[in-house]
Amino acid sequence: MKIGVLALQGAFIEHIRMFESLGVQTVEIRKLADFTEDLDGIVFPGGESTVMGKLLHELELMEPVKQALQKGLPAFGTCAGLILMAKKFVDSKFLHFQVLDVVVRRHGFGRQLGSFSAEHEFVGIGTYPMVFIRGPYITEVGQGVEVLAKIDDKIVAVRQGNLLGAAFHPELTDDTRVHEYFLKMVEEALR
Amino acid sequence: MTERYGFNKNLAQMLKGGVIMDVSTPEQAKIAEAAGACAVMALERIPADIRAAGGVSRMSDPAMIKGIQQTVSIPIMAKVRIGHFVEAQILQAIEIDYIDESEVLSPADDVYHIDKTQFDVPFVCGAQNLGEALRRIQEGASMIRTKGEPGTGDVVQAVRHMRAIQSEIRMLTSKSKDELYDAAKKLAVPYELVQYVAENGKLPVVNFSAGGVATPADAALMMQLGAQGVFVGSGIFKSGDPAKRAAAIVQAVTNFKDAKLIAAISEDLGEAMVGINEDEIQVLMAERGK
Repeated sequence: MKIGVLALQGAFIEHIRMFESLGVQTVEIRKLADFTEDLDGIVFPGGESTVMGKLLHELELMEPVKQALQKGLPAFGTCAGLILMAKKFVDSKFLHFQVLDVVVRRHGFGRQLGSFSAEHEFVGIGTYPMVFIRGPYITEVGQGVEVLAKIDDKIVAVRQGNLLGAAFHPELTDDTRVHEYFLKMVEEALR
Repeated sequence: MTERYGFNKNLAQMLKGGVIMDVSTPEQAKIAEAAGACAVMALERIPADIRAAGGVSRMSDPAMIKGIQQTVSIPIMAKVRIGHFVEAQILQAIEIDYIDESEVLSPADDVYHIDKTQFDVPFVCGAQNLGEALRRIQEGASMIRTKGEPGTGDVVQAVRHMRAIQSEIRMLTSKSKDELYDAAKKLAVPYELVQYVAENGKLPVVNFSAGGVATPADAALMMQLGAQGVFVGSGIFKSGDPAKRAAAIVQAVTNFKDAKLIAAISEDLGEAMVGINEDEIQVLMAERGK
């Protein structure tokens, strides 16, 4: 199994370390040549979505990755990574892959003073420590989108087929269960 | 370590691999965001102009900072004078995302830095060497940037400071425990911080480069020397084509080892900022606050 981690900007090393601790091979995707056919899954890390979106265009990665996602490549996005996948926004003109049928409120929890962590239920995992850094949340989901975690009425984790999105940062904790959840999705896709 | 301090270090982790740009107006902030800045530093005058104008330079007008907060969605940083904790209280009150306790402004206190542990908002501080970096971390900084020499367009000091920190880190990793006690004494920092650096081979917080970066090649140089991201102050809006140069620097930071790509993006960028050599300048900002 080989997982590509988008390494244009942000906290990609933290994801790589999580997969390493689970014994999974990763590859950094910094340009088109890194996005090879043999990847079994792809991760979009936290960081700034406007930066990653711009670099995806300039490095000509946007279309090939989008097509792979539409063809079923398992993908896992956290925070900015969730924003890269989302179809719609409450408050933003920046659009990216537009594959995940959700509406996102960027920085829904406010500026840095609003950053927080809390333990909440994650469907199929149990109670999980969720770290939000200037985090977004999901206000609406389309058909076929399973809600995996909520804080009050704010949706913070979803799955739609091959796509897994979290508004928080599992990669900033020592708890590998969300990454393992994604690896199960990758295994399902390989079968 | 408080939970809040953890989140503040986490925000710096999200900025890694990015470029933080100095901007003076909402229009410049928009250009910076569109060019791929991962954050902007809102300040009334960029370092080159502060240097040219002389006089005392202070925290920017909160109204100007708010104008930029309303314009872009990326994190907003702003500078306070070294030791000026009331300027910092003001920036916290307007919910700034990061405070830069900066030698670019005139120091307000020539002995003490701000006790940054008393704040909820994060702080980034400059450092010329490992001792300065660890002292700022002990005071509560959740991000470090090497000082370089702001407003010069001359990268030599940024290189000197980054090399100094990396070299001192490598030296610590090879020391025995009894030698580390002595190292802590000489660096004038607590043993626990020295022990962390010796065991992990890195600072306990993210470390960017700053002060003198003017070209994509400069930015890639700092990344290859171990920076986790780059601040560009005067280098962008003092150049001929800010949008193009900013975008090129962003690309150079992402693919900092790809010489072919950096060659391509370095073409036709227009005039770089004129720059001043370090032996031609009157005020060495890096000497402020140690």
